[in-house]
Amino acid sequence: MQEAGIVGYGFFVPRLRITIEEIAKTWKKDGKKTSAGLGLQEKAVAAWDEDTATISVEAARMALETAKLDSQKIGAIFVGSESHPYAVKPTATIVGDAINAGPAFMAADLEFACKAGTAGIQVCMGLVKSDMINYGLSVGADTAQGKPNDALEFTAGSGGAGFIVGKEKNEIIATLDETFSFTTDTPDFWRRQHAEFPRHAGRFTGEPAYFRHVFGATHAILEKTGLKPTEFSHVIFHQPNGKFPRIAAKKLGFTEAQLKQGLITPLIGNTYSGSTMIGLASVLDIAKPGEKILAVSYGSGAGSDAFVLTTTKNSSTKRAPISVLEMIQEKEYISYSEYAKHRKKLKSL
Amino acid sequence: MADNAIAIHWRRYPERYLLRGCHCETCKTDFFPGRLFCPNCRRKGKMVSKEMPRTGKIVSFTEVFVGPIGFQHETPYFLALIDLGNKCMILSQIVDSPKEKIKTGAQVKKVFRKIQDTDHEGAIAYGYKFKVS
Repeated sequence: MQEAGIVGYGFFVPRLRITIEEIAKTWKKDGKKTSAGLGLQEKAVAAWDEDTATISVEAARMALETAKLDSQKIGAIFVGSESHPYAVKPTATIVGDAINAGPAFMAADLEFACKAGTAGIQVCMGLVKSDMINYGLSVGADTAQGKPNDALEFTAGSGGAGFIVGKEKNEIIATLDETFSFTTDTPDFWRRQHAEFPRHAGRFTGEPAYFRHVFGATHAILEKTGLKPTEFSHVIFHQPNGKFPRIAAKKLGFTEAQLKQGLITPLIGNTYSGSTMIGLASVLDIAKPGEKILAVSYGSGAGSDAFVLTTTKNSSTKRAPISVLEMIQEKEYISYSEYAKHRKKLKSL
Repeated sequence: MADNAIAIHWRRYPERYLLRGCHCETCKTDFFPGRLFCPNCRRKGKMVSKEMPRTGKIVSFTEVFVGPIGFQHETPYFLALIDLGNKCMILSQIVDSPKEKIKTGAQVKKVFRKIQDTDHEGAIAYGYKFKVS
């Protein structure tokens, strides 16, 4: 079977920010305590002319630029999100036309809470490894919804990242060595058809949901590959807040140093389908050749996709034109009332 | 967008998504938006499709305080005339840019944004806007 690996990556984080303290002030909560409890300071907010499609297009364009690839060579586009702008009409078609990939490509939108983007990478791996396509693009992006005054409102951010999977050895930045998924029917978080905001099962989202699946997928992929936590240079866990990935890393035997580069949620909030993927992009921004990377996503509902990657010599030359950490420095703070306008939380909008 | 405007928007996707205009191979001139006919060469002209540069510089700009229908909640916002560097000029909204950086001569780059989304059940119009780079 063909080898498959990442040949290009891109990302996009909207410029607007709201601090956790600003949200807390609106609801008469202790901002400092809330911020410390969640392990994050602020979140990225999509402006009102931004949505999952615009974020996906920007991430896809950067991925093509990093890969130095002709968009007409893309054979498949998948967009994973739980905030697709249309309930029926694929975001992937908008991305395809906006990067001039069409019309000869397969496309589909995926939904699996926060892990739909990594599910897209797995589909691309299968298609590339089986020689059905030469290059596949998977984007994970969200403009995550949080009900006003709900715990999610403090963390639900906006952003996304895209990865192009290919097979040419001289183009691969990081080989996709192994993947494993751990999936169960767990009702920890959901949004019913026509409902505007998702609901969640409070504390139930921790142990039986996030940790069980992340631990399950991580243990399985380590066993499958025979690798130990100490053999990885970087690890990325899904980041619903700043605390969960730190707890997961500690319990699984990874250090803060291994986690640091890919832990982006404290700075931009939980970007749902973009979360693990932006973390991986940030790691690729600095990774040196020959480094092992473990990336484990988590999507409510529930499932985790784990990946083991190894960077190649191309990783030091094929880098995004701007790093994740540089992009998120470009920001403008807004008030809660401006946030309510941009996210159309006011009825008349 | 209104349902009866869908066809008009759809025909302009190449222009709005990719900044695709055209180029006359006879007089080597770029045009945006695209034309069927080269005004310089007339019937001797040979027009081909061409994507315009995605960067340019602001030639002139204005701040809009009273927006037309569909844009009234976005005010105040900036509109700018942008020179794409190939003698093509384009009028676009400027977004994601601090007010003090929006000035004549500022370098800008194309971004992909929603242009119109006023009908909650209607189709969304996407296209280009620019930001100061």
